[in-house]
Amino acid sequence: MKRLFALSAVILLSAGLAAPLAQAEEPKKGGTLVMSVQNTPRHLNPAVQSGIATGEPGSQLFATPLRYDEDWNPSPYLAKSWSVSNDGLAVTLNLVEGATFHDGQPITSEDVAFSIETVKANHPFKSMFAPVELVKTPDPLTAIIVLSQPHPALLLAMSSQLLPILPKHIYGDGQDPKTHPRNTENVVGSGPFKLVEFKRDQHIILERYENFFIKDRPYLDKIVMRIVKDTSARTIALDSGEFMLSGFEQTPRDLNRLKKNPNLNVSGEGYAAIGSIVWVAFNTKQGKTADKAVRQAISYAIDRNFLLKAIMLGTAKPAKTGIHPGSPFYDSSVNGYDVDLDKANKLLDDAGYPRGADGMRFPLTVDYGWAVVKPYAEYMKPQLKKIGIDVTVRASADFPTWAKRISNHEFDMTMDNVFNWGDPVIGVHRTYDSQNIKKGVIWSNTQQYSNARVDELMKLAGATYDQEERKKYYAEFQQILADELPIYWLFAGPYHTVANKKLGNPPNTIWGTSAPLDRVYMK
Amino acid sequence: MGLWNTIATRVGYGLLLLVAVLILNFTLISIAPGDIADTIAGGMGGADAEVMEEIRTRYGLDQPFYVQLWRYLSRVALFDLGYSYFYNTPVTTLILEKLPATLLLVFSAQILAVITGTLLGVLAAKKPNGALSLTVTFLSLFGFAAPVFWTGILLIILFVSIFPIFPVAGMVDVTIEGGFFVQALDVLHHLALPMVTLASIFLALYSRLARASMLEVLGADYVRTARAKGVPERTVLYKHALKNALGPVVTVAGLQFSAVISGAVVVEAVFSWPGLGTLALQSILARDTPTIMGILFFSSLVVILVNILTDITLRLIDPRIKSG
Repeated sequence: MKRLFALSAVILLSAGLAAPLAQAEEPKKGGTLVMSVQNTPRHLNPAVQSGIATGEPGSQLFATPLRYDEDWNPSPYLAKSWSVSNDGLAVTLNLVEGATFHDGQPITSEDVAFSIETVKANHPFKSMFAPVELVKTPDPLTAIIVLSQPHPALLLAMSSQLLPILPKHIYGDGQDPKTHPRNTENVVGSGPFKLVEFKRDQHIILERYENFFIKDRPYLDKIVMRIVKDTSARTIALDSGEFMLSGFEQTPRDLNRLKKNPNLNVSGEGYAAIGSIVWVAFNTKQGKTADKAVRQAISYAIDRNFLLKAIMLGTAKPAKTGIHPGSPFYDSSVNGYDVDLDKANKLLDDAGYPRGADGMRFPLTVDYGWAVVKPYAEYMKPQLKKIGIDVTVRASADFPTWAKRISNHEFDMTMDNVFNWGDPVIGVHRTYDSQNIKKGVIWSNTQQYSNARVDELMKLAGATYDQEERKKYYAEFQQILADELPIYWLFAGPYHTVANKKLGNPPNTIWGTSAPLDRVYMK
Repeated sequence: MGLWNTIATRVGYGLLLLVAVLILNFTLISIAPGDIADTIAGGMGGADAEVMEEIRTRYGLDQPFYVQLWRYLSRVALFDLGYSYFYNTPVTTLILEKLPATLLLVFSAQILAVITGTLLGVLAAKKPNGALSLTVTFLSLFGFAAPVFWTGILLIILFVSIFPIFPVAGMVDVTIEGGFFVQALDVLHHLALPMVTLASIFLALYSRLARASMLEVLGADYVRTARAKGVPERTVLYKHALKNALGPVVTVAGLQFSAVISGAVVVEAVFSWPGLGTLALQSILARDTPTIMGILFFSSLVVILVNILTDITLRLIDPRIKSG
């Protein structure tokens, strides 16, 4: 009897121990993921159209030479290996064998060369491939990118949505790639998922490409990207499980509500390569803000911690420079201008702006272009009153109105939210380069900032592969900017990924949900 | 003779109105600072000067205003609504793609509002100061006074979040497989909340109108005669009185059509209903002139047609109305 008891106890114990081991995660194939995206893309080809709306579906349809993890480490994707020549002027990509497009045609170095040329000629971010002189294709699996100068940004520019590998046999037919009919229908791509249906304002349906070059992947059978602009609708659907994944979520109230749901993982990790920063930009050439003392005083007056606590409800991380805090080049030791109203008042008094009879020194305007940043603009009014600046908040009817105003330099201060796009060369330089003061172009150097040393530092940092050297240049770059303050940076745009716990391997790399979802599976 | 004459006159005025709408709106859009190049650059996270110049040249935005207006009007006269700057698709294709969804929403909401409103109005007229009458008044005024997006979100919270009966957004559930009947049921399932939201604005109007109209009619001589003859009350109400009371309701319903379309824009935004309203909102914010103009052209056309139809329906309901 005792023996029987002991035996059954042992069996039960081992069953109890074995059970969790049996569940220990083996990704399973199968399932349909219903997720949401926030905007309708104009079309599905990220080679000629930048932006998240195209990037999220685009990264599933098209593969890139490299992919990145959450720590900025590149790993092989379409390129199984790569190398940089000793003089830094040639980067060789060795392609995976047997990779095919969705129509069965092989992916070759010709397609890589064609894609680089197409992106170079059509993509709005010229700095990504500007130093590329030509791409040599000695054999179908080798591409050699020849550069006019060392170009460290190249590797990041070959990941996520920035260099989709396009089929030359489809897009090379002479039609303008920007308006090519195959951008929206019968899209033939190189990525883990192929297009089933794209209905504007409704959904994008993708299904597994059975001959994807990574064996046994992707795990999901289908992805349905529901296009839902309204944030409350997405929140309710995520709460109820109707949608199982959504990226780029950033409204504090909804995030905090979703965090309370035990079935959801709400993570602010990732998106470091998108590099979104919310800031106040100053006009450095006209008006009172042309005086550095005024800019510094305003920066001392703004209480970043208050914004983070009261308006962002703890969902955002502070940013003290124009480089995203998640980037390896971020220098947190710069002066953050933590709130100090006395210092601010003294700066203005010393600079010769005395208070008038009504307690005000002078008026300024602050603009904002869209609803999300409106609260910060409105915060400026009561806060800057404390140092005697009379702020008027100027709303714009829509984005083009605001963009026109700012790009024509008709502003004192404006809220803005700009992306780094991976390497600082791609998205950071454009804001501070004195050669990039272009009237009518939004997100050029609209502050009209000009500093020869800053220009030089950016040039040096963009021309060497040595990480440590680049860090040194960018450190000095950030120190100078923190003193001259063409911009006062507030915080990193708080993008979060909301994923149902039934989803395995939710995307959390530096590209967020605009990275390939081939590793995601349904538990 | 009378009917056709009226229709011809209406159509003539309609065309004039159409041209005026086009010119006015084209001017308004062009006056606002900024253009499609700014939108495209904005959506892309920035663009270089050459890219923006190229966009502007491609869409003829570097031409003077009069040239652009003339070019547009001459194309419309040939029934060519142009290409959307934003989507690079013919505007006609975009509109026809979205039109069925909006028509479904708008017509079902109007029909719901008219039928329910009339029924409630009739019931309320039976006992003008009874409990039902007061409830009807209260509920319908609430629907009329509350902003339509608020009503929509309220309904979502009640019937999607708290009692998960309806889906949260969109028109179809793409993961459902099935034949026509199953698909149709799915669309109806999605249609329910948006339809009720849109109808709620006009319910007040139609029920009050029906109630007042019925009361007036019920006091008429012929009704008293019918009752004296011993005709059952139900027949009195629904066969004799209602037909006459319906007149004002139908007229107002027809005239309200343009208001329903504008209400539809908001409802479509709240429920992510993929119709013309969503397209209109998006293209206005994107400064996509051809699409905005195309939608305005289309909706003006529809409003004019509905007004003509209303006239005809009225004439059919009440043969006493003659043209003149």
